[in-house]
Amino acid sequence: MAERVLVKGTEAIGEAAVRAGCRLFFGYPITPQNELPEYMSKRMPEVNGSFLQTESEVATINMVYGAACTGRRVMTSTSSPGFSLMQEGVSYMAGAQLPAVLVNVVRGGPGLGDIQPAQSDYWQATKGGGHGDYKLIVLAPSTLQEAVDLVSLAFDLADKYRNPVLILADGVIGQIMEPVTFPEFKDPNTLPKHDDWALQGAIGREKHVVTSFDIDPVVLEKMNLELVEKFKKIESTEKRWEEYKLDDADVVITAFGTIGRISKSVVTRARQEGIKVGLFRPITLWPFPYKRLEEIVKGKKLVLDVELNMGQMLEDVKLAVKDNAPVAFYKRMGGMVPTPEEILDVLKMELGR
Amino acid sequence: MAMQIIQKKPESLTEKEFTYCPGCTHGIAHRLVAEVLDELGVREKTITVGPVGCSVFAYQFFNTDATVAAHGRAPAVATGIKRARPDLCVFTYQGDGDLAAIGTAEIIHAANRGEKITTIFINNAIYGMTGGQMAPTTLLGMKTTTTPYGRNANNDGYPIHVSEMVKETKGVAFLARVKINTPQDVQKARKAIKKAFLAQLKGLGFGMVEVLSTCPTNWGLDPASALKWLDEHMVPEYPLGVFVDKVGEEQ
Amino acid sequence: MTTRMIFAGFGGQGVMLMGQIISLAGMIEGKYVTWMPSYGPEMRGGTANCTVVLSDEEVASPVTDKAEVIVVMNIPSLVKFQTDVTPNGFLLINQSVIDRDADRSDIHVIKVPCNEVADELGNLKVANMVMLGAVIGGTDIISTDNLFKALEKKLSGGKSSLIEVNKKAITKGYEIGKMALAK
Repeated sequence: MAERVLVKGTEAIGEAAVRAGCRLFFGYPITPQNELPEYMSKRMPEVNGSFLQTESEVATINMVYGAACTGRRVMTSTSSPGFSLMQEGVSYMAGAQLPAVLVNVVRGGPGLGDIQPAQSDYWQATKGGGHGDYKLIVLAPSTLQEAVDLVSLAFDLADKYRNPVLILADGVIGQIMEPVTFPEFKDPNTLPKHDDWALQGAIGREKHVVTSFDIDPVVLEKMNLELVEKFKKIESTEKRWEEYKLDDADVVITAFGTIGRISKSVVTRARQEGIKVGLFRPITLWPFPYKRLEEIVKGKKLVLDVELNMGQMLEDVKLAVKDNAPVAFYKRMGGMVPTPEEILDVLKMELGR
Repeated sequence: MAMQIIQKKPESLTEKEFTYCPGCTHGIAHRLVAEVLDELGVREKTITVGPVGCSVFAYQFFNTDATVAAHGRAPAVATGIKRARPDLCVFTYQGDGDLAAIGTAEIIHAANRGEKITTIFINNAIYGMTGGQMAPTTLLGMKTTTTPYGRNANNDGYPIHVSEMVKETKGVAFLARVKINTPQDVQKARKAIKKAFLAQLKGLGFGMVEVLSTCPTNWGLDPASALKWLDEHMVPEYPLGVFVDKVGEEQ
Repeated sequence: MTTRMIFAGFGGQGVMLMGQIISLAGMIEGKYVTWMPSYGPEMRGGTANCTVVLSDEEVASPVTDKAEVIVVMNIPSLVKFQTDVTPNGFLLINQSVIDRDADRSDIHVIKVPCNEVADELGNLKVANMVMLGAVIGGTDIISTDNLFKALEKKLSGGKSSLIEVNKKAITKGYEIGKMALAK
């Protein structure tokens, strides 16, 4: 059996990428994710990969675009302001249907904000971010083991759908240490080569063109509709979530990422006090598991959505819940992270206890 | 009497007809690049990175694998490709708005890293695609759609000298400024472009050729006058020459 | 069982490392563990702290406002954290730096002269390991053996020459922790 090792979140993500066959990493320093590029700068030469510290996040994402054009697995990581700078390139990648794994270790915003954990980039991640009609597959880990597993999945999904996949982490996931078990190394030579579209040199074949561009609206609409079909397929097959002690629950907490795991402690403590609480934790923020959440909340006394933002996933929760249960919301912002006790108090107050 | 082929379309160009305006020198620059790719025998391992601007259609004209970069980011995209596949030959083709304004950071840093790519920089002192606005390379006093009274240093700053800036970075293996408004100049430009590709193929570093070009449409001149205007006005501001040459003599 | 621990002190007192080593020891012992640092500007010279959760079941929340074990290495940390120790919990005070008492009578207070002990061992840098020894001596949450194993793992490679002095510091601290509770 593979060994358990105690690692930091950023390193867990980096090593998981290496094991998934990623040999290309581009990055620019920004707190709180610096340990990830630092780790990759040490690790990439060991596995004959390439690490480059770039001149900006703008350059970074375009290098990722270029590397992805060759069909090879490539990754970058950044934190909120950096991800804002990358949006143009992300849009180009989605338009050109390029696979890559992007990591946003979210910090407090807007603007320069601070460097503490936040979830305030949910809208940016799931509702667009850049210009044009596109979607990213967005994965939100709540433990380091899950982060490791989701990084592997992210590369597979990116390759499968030719679409950028975003790991939406937060400062807590980035900075904590936990034991994890890494998967076996994938040999990059056994991974999909994308010979049907990648830029590899037109040796004895017609040239390949990778682009998000076509000046002819008739053609561009066709490209758009092709994307729409792809997104529909992803929506129907790739939704992921966790259900925790929901069977007999009167109250459903909805939360993702770090708050998802903190809410598990809330569930345990509430049950010690005789309040039957369960947790619904979306793992794919896009596609969002609307249908399952709708089924679950029927007949419940209360849905309490908890987030580190002003109520971003809340909109999706409400879309799913409809009139089936009352929805309450608790937020911390600016890098503040609530304790389980604090959330439990809110829960009791909402229930009038 | 047997016919002999003395001139033909380079294999590195597609059948697609150029869509450039009459008298525009993009066509000449394209052909020179294609001839060099043919001569070096690298068409099948070349990746074209097109820009945003008039030459956004470069991906259609070059008969190589190709992509289109975001405005100004072609050197970053080319870097990504080259880092993923160092065995490929990667070049960017960029205008002065793309390279000298929005893409200033990317070109300087690609050059400074000695990125083993080649950049063809078309300097015609104006934004073409968007309708003749001021470029960073627009000459003082020159009228454009956003400098209707002529470029004024006090308000708009000065014509930017990209090659002179790039020259100062240590990663450059070949760098020249050429023009393509006479047959002799075209031949010189071809030699420079070949060396700029050899710089990457020999693993020496970054290669760039700044090509002084015309834009008769947005300059408001007929093609012949535009060629003359280039000599009279652009060359004094942008002196021709080879700034860096680590490639040495061609075989 | 779940034990929540907070290690707090000045940057440079090795509080992060204390937390990491006990986390590693917890993992070796087969427990679920989570280590979480306070980070940011604090990391560079100011007050630093980290939270460690050791548990027999999966650790849900890595953040906590109460802890069963709190280690304070300087006065600001004592002031900030002493009220957060759960009743019957443990507060370990670095006596070499903190010249005052805790205001709590419902908890176990263990005072450790970390610097003096470290000085006697000839290496002031192991003061944090004296404290770590006192933590396990006082609380018995981790075996000394597993703490040694964790230490060896952490100091493998270039720092392996320091293992012996660190072990001695842990042993000395362990005795202080045990004695304090025997009183």
